Amino acid sequence: MRLPCPLCGERDLREFYYQGAAVSLTRPDPDAGADAWADYVHLRENLPGDLEEMWHHAQGCGAWLVVTRNTATHVVKGAKLAMDTKRADTKRADTKGART
Amino acid sequence: MRFSGLRVLKEGLTGNKGWTPHWRDPEPRSEYDVIIIGGGGHGLATAHYLASVHGITSVAVLEKGYIGGGNVGRNTTIVRANYGLPGNSEFYSHSLKLWEGLEEDLNYNVMHSQRGIINLFNSDGARDAAARRGNQMMSQGDDAVLMDNAAVRKLIPYLDFEQTRFPIYGGLYHPRGGTARHDAVAWGFARAADQRGVDLIQQCEVTGIDIVDGKVRGVQTTRGPIRAKKIGMAAAGRSSQVAAMAGMRLPIESHVLQAFVTEGLKPCIDTVITYPMGHFYISQSDKGGLVFGGALDFYSSYAARGNLPMAEHVIENALTLMPMLTKAKVLRSWGGIMDMSFDGSPIIDKTHIDGLYLNCGWCYGGFKATPGSGNVFAHLIATDTPHEVAKGHRLDRFRTGRGIMDEEAAGSQHNLH
Ligand SMILES: Cc1cc2nc3c(=O)[nH]c(=O)nc-3n(C[C@H](O)[C@H](O)[C@H](O)COP(=O)(O)OP(=O)(O)OC[C@H]3O[C@@H](n4cnc5c(N)ncnc54)[C@H](O)[C@@H]3O)c2cc1C
Ligand SMILES: [Zn+2]
Repeated sequence: MRLPCPLCGERDLREFYYQGAAVSLTRPDPDAGADAWADYVHLRENLPGDLEEMWHHAQGCGAWLVVTRNTATHVVKGAKLAMDTKRADTKRADTKGART
Repeated sequence: MRFSGLRVLKEGLTGNKGWTPHWRDPEPRSEYDVIIIGGGGHGLATAHYLASVHGITSVAVLEKGYIGGGNVGRNTTIVRANYGLPGNSEFYSHSLKLWEGLEEDLNYNVMHSQRGIINLFNSDGARDAAARRGNQMMSQGDDAVLMDNAAVRKLIPYLDFEQTRFPIYGGLYHPRGGTARHDAVAWGFARAADQRGVDLIQQCEVTGIDIVDGKVRGVQTTRGPIRAKKIGMAAAGRSSQVAAMAGMRLPIESHVLQAFVTEGLKPCIDTVITYPMGHFYISQSDKGGLVFGGALDFYSSYAARGNLPMAEHVIENALTLMPMLTKAKVLRSWGGIMDMSFDGSPIIDKTHIDGLYLNCGWCYGGFKATPGSGNVFAHLIATDTPHEVAKGHRLDRFRTGRGIMDEEAAGSQHNLH
């Protein structure tokens, strides 16, 4: 398995650290309540197929990536910088007033 | 058909013509008292104990593939009771005791071999931890021997003790640990359950769980709908997929764990050895193959196969510990889908749906749990109360934070356990 880092190009699996499903892009609000937080920390969809997940290019440029990968076949569909994804998300949420 | 020494002798002398299939191949009935989803070790053991301990024989085990095709036939067969935390330690202790009487209980040779297991350590801190764990194991009635370097050298002289990176200080030896023939465990439980009237339905994938007014009614399968009063989910690596049919999300991620076996060699490793550098472990099967493995590949997977970096890493571990293995040829490698829970410990509990029970979160250590898991899950399904030794394996511990059993102290990240 190789991951296409947007900054470094296609790199060997060994250069990356894996954090799991990309739930951290949609963190609940601090006062969202215990259930929302328990859900966020522990519960996962975890179905075979395409999954958005967080990978850290730890032995490379140090960027956090959002990778789309099929968990049934290991086929990597693409990777974006988490920084951009997060910003875009926050902006969208801001305009709706959902997040400050 | 019962197995006995006499029977083997008689069959041997008469051309082995009298053996019959180990279990029937029945058509599913329209209704059962209990349906177990998943014909792995845990599902089959649950069916066996439902029938033998609780007298519940209107039971079907639904298996989407074939008996023994899941993790029960893919693991590296280590059986032990050296867990550290309350909740787990008494459960695995209970399971090991069941192993010790299993062959008589099942009338089946599962080749359970208490050849011992030694957990090596490489530092003073790790020695202290091993001493503490050993004391704790002994205080609950299990066995443990703390060995220094000289004692380990006597037990397994062929290690590279002097290597500079991870020198071997000693080990914690657990003489009652060992291995068992994994397929035989599946077959033995299957045969015993079948003989008591349990229907084992293979090539039968559950595709839906019928729930009416918060209560289970039955399942939809590739072989038609089947009604049931109670349903136990024991789908190991596919637990999240099955639970999703009941609208549940679980504190589970599925990961891949690989294992490796060499060509058959003359007997050389007569115990199980574990090496903390990269979770490495090795034993020798009765056929002579060296069976070994290491850590997870560390990314979510349903592929039941891994990638080469972990293969290389595991083999580096093997050669660091035992340079004599440079000449051994690896014959096969494979992977299994692991139901990694968020504290590395299993879940055996009722769900919020009446009549729906959950058994999952076995991570990479559920083979040793097979009799124990089946035994306590059958108890839960039959009596609606958790078994004494499985009281801690609750589903709500993740939500409340109470009773988390984090053996590796890794926190809530599935792949670090
Ligand atoms: C490489 C490797 C090494 C391991 N080494 C060890 C070890 O040394 N010691 C140890 O204690 N443990 C070990 N384990 C872990 C152990 O094998 C598992 O924890 C345990 O086998 C899981 O329980 P099971 O036997 O019931 O699982 P499985 O055999 O996987 O059973 C689950 C069954 O459910 C079926 N199923 C899934 N979905 C459906 C559906 N929708 N409908 C019908 N059926 C379905 C599957 O086909 C499968 O047969 C290892 C695992 C692996 C992969
Ligand atoms: Zn990079």
